[in-house]
Amino acid sequence: MPMRYVRPIALLIALTTTTAGWGNPHERQLANGLRIIVKEDRRAPTVAHMIWYRAGSMDETNGRTGVAHVLEHMMFKGTPTVGPGEFNRRVAAAGGRDNAFTSRDYTAYFQQVPKLKLAEMMQLEADRMRHLSLDVNEFAKEIKVVMEERRLRTDDQPQALLYENLNAVAFQVHPYRVPIIGWMTDLQNMTVTDARAWYDDWYAPNNAYVVVVGDVDHQEVFRLAEEHYGMLPTRPLPVRKPQDEPSQVGTRRLTVKAPADLPVVMMAYKVPVIRNVEQDVDPYALEMLAAVLAGHDAARLNRHLVREQRLAVSAGASYDSTARGPGIFHLHGAPTAGRSRVELEAGLRSELERVKEQGVSADELARAKAQLIASQIYKLDSIFAQAMEIGQLESAGIPHTMNRRLIDKLQEVSREQVQAVTRKYFNDEALTVAELDPQPLPATPRPRSPFVPRH
Amino acid sequence: MTARQLLLALCLFLCTQFAHAGPRIERWQTTAGNRVLFVEDHSLPIIDIQVDFAAGAAREPMGLEGVAGLTRALIDLGADGLDETQIASRFADLGARLSGGVDLDRASLTLRTLSMADKRAPAFELFRAIIAGPTFPAAAFDREKARSLAALKEALTRPDAIASKAFWAAMYPAHPYGRQATPESLTALRRDDVLAFYAAHYGARSATIAIVGDLSHAEAKAVAERLSGGLPAAAAVAELPQPQLPAGGEQRIAHPAAQAHLLIGMPALQRGDPDFFPLAVGNYTLGGGGFVSRLVKEVRDKRGLAYSVHSYFLPLQQLGPFQIGLQTHKGQTAEALQVTRAVLAEFLARGPSEAELLAAKKNLIGSFPLRLDSNRKILENVAMIAFYDLPLDYLDRYSENVERVTAAEIQAAFARRLPAAHLVTVVVAGD
Repeated sequence: MPMRYVRPIALLIALTTTTAGWGNPHERQLANGLRIIVKEDRRAPTVAHMIWYRAGSMDETNGRTGVAHVLEHMMFKGTPTVGPGEFNRRVAAAGGRDNAFTSRDYTAYFQQVPKLKLAEMMQLEADRMRHLSLDVNEFAKEIKVVMEERRLRTDDQPQALLYENLNAVAFQVHPYRVPIIGWMTDLQNMTVTDARAWYDDWYAPNNAYVVVVGDVDHQEVFRLAEEHYGMLPTRPLPVRKPQDEPSQVGTRRLTVKAPADLPVVMMAYKVPVIRNVEQDVDPYALEMLAAVLAGHDAARLNRHLVREQRLAVSAGASYDSTARGPGIFHLHGAPTAGRSRVELEAGLRSELERVKEQGVSADELARAKAQLIASQIYKLDSIFAQAMEIGQLESAGIPHTMNRRLIDKLQEVSREQVQAVTRKYFNDEALTVAELDPQPLPATPRPRSPFVPRH
Repeated sequence: MTARQLLLALCLFLCTQFAHAGPRIERWQTTAGNRVLFVEDHSLPIIDIQVDFAAGAAREPMGLEGVAGLTRALIDLGADGLDETQIASRFADLGARLSGGVDLDRASLTLRTLSMADKRAPAFELFRAIIAGPTFPAAAFDREKARSLAALKEALTRPDAIASKAFWAAMYPAHPYGRQATPESLTALRRDDVLAFYAAHYGARSATIAIVGDLSHAEAKAVAERLSGGLPAAAAVAELPQPQLPAGGEQRIAHPAAQAHLLIGMPALQRGDPDFFPLAVGNYTLGGGGFVSRLVKEVRDKRGLAYSVHSYFLPLQQLGPFQIGLQTHKGQTAEALQVTRAVLAEFLARGPSEAELLAAKKNLIGSFPLRLDSNRKILENVAMIAFYDLPLDYLDRYSENVERVTAAEIQAAFARRLPAAHLVTVVVAGD
């Protein structure tokens, strides 16, 4: 292929359209409402099969937080025809790997298998979409596993605890205030009936889409999908209330104390996300701002705060322009020994002030765009990453066919727009600041063991 | 036909069905003597290059623990008249990415770049400058040392890190694999120590080069030659000493965490050892096979004692560890430990059943294509083959080697490698 001297942007267009076949990815909707999205990628004889349900922690109600994720666990606990644990055994026997993940916006399940095993995976997923057993004894054991997961990933992780508390303060109305894994008290009081109600509400073909990427023929995939998913009945879905977050009218602050050595500062500004791919401007400019601040080792936060001023041992920024719910732009860092959280917060704020006053340079913006294009090409190396990209866009209500337009819109962002969004959104009224106040470990008693190194 | 014979026949059928060859790997030596492995693949405009040096933490002189990580962290912070900002900005301008790190055996530098000539040529040159002419600026040294110290002090408050450090120290009491950076050793490091470590360990003698992607054979040869030609000459790298097996036992460390962290293991397996396949296939059943292992079944599924429980062998240049790990609410530490030990003891005593062995082979052989379905994964495999000097047909013969393992071999290999008297247990926050 004569692509060697093509500019990256032209190359990207070529790679994402012609080389992979016209119309790739392909899409079809079954009569029951289930959408099937297929991207052919024949580099290896494998396939990624994912099913995405439009139900995540943001669809939960008070007292039942964590139920979306608990149900995800229960999805591996059997149906009348596929016993507990049998799902994993069949995937393993097929030479595959499988797992699932729950987010605020969705719950998704995937298998990566040799291509000949796709039909069997569809059969298994279709079976558990409607016929989950939800056995009370299996539930009693699995809820304990989920509580262990919460201890492992949140309760004993100071920075995760800080993030959980930050969200609970930044949002007061919107369900993004709730952790995906759920509050411990809700897990302790959850019953199999709660899981059953969740399953009956949301697990329906008209609330889901299938993403298949790999060494497949799309027509054949459509045929298999019809065969396995086609007979599942459409079900009425609950009404989703918007639960919009009111405008924040002043800075919020919180502190978390936990056993740790490093203090941490996290700042969360309320910002918009993409609602209209063509008409929106600000979310794209915010993405570019995040890249200029923290897109590489010489980006502003690392260069100024970590390297030049030695104010922080780490500093970063993050923003995701696609989500069902409201957007947050995060700035975060850990101060250097001898520097305070107050000083670090001031340092992070001064970086925003600098952009507000002086904008960003043409070089910085060009660099961010070059990285963006390269990362799009690198993404093509992973079948799984390509499936994830499609699934995540769709979960936020953005058609996967708009992916190219998103890249175009990001490429169109100007220096003036980056400066304008910084002035517009980074105000104290829309800010929540969370600080980790590290607590020393209790004095450790002398170890009872012969092994402990002496120091 | 008995059920057992049927299973065996079925296994043979299924396994041969799934036999796959690995990618075509070319191997040569550069003029300076570096081993190069290359996989040509033009399906995407991407090139990945990894250079590995025998410059891992096990190479740290006594008292200078932490110098290997610091050397690697500093290597791209100044080179060839460029400062750290210029280096990172240039890579970003090109859309190129530098990654890598340090483990016990290796220090790795990995470059991913677009393959267009105007991207790859400057990316290669910058990569070469970093590897061959790092300047280790004094200011960057002071800063990165302080950052390493901050990260280590933070880690020393975390139950998982405390457990891991105590575990390695207990498994390798008198071996470099067991020595680790302490706040004291890091504080004592001087810039000269980094310069000396670089000079001794980043030389042409030990470097291996792996290249995957959109280059012709001739182009790959030229790139490897250019990278290798810039490396400083260094003395040959000495063999690492052989570890002695530790005295077995249990160590408990108090911690306020909600969960106890449990680790059980001992030094067990070296790279290139013929026991690798029986141990890998056996471990699939014991604790390696995702959600279907015995440990997951007994500890998680039946009793809800843990979210994550696993076992694995980590083969290294010298005997690397076998490890079982899990976390459980501290009130049930004793039960979790008892169940885990019972699963291990039962497996050591009897090995896998024929049905388990069949399931293990079906998965390990059937999932082989998934290990190689991206350039990134191919690079990881090829770099490993290059560094440890494994046979070039390692991937081609992987399925065949898995298929030939018997239950008796697994049981014998586990018994040989995991004598119970030497098993080390560490429990943090189990009080």
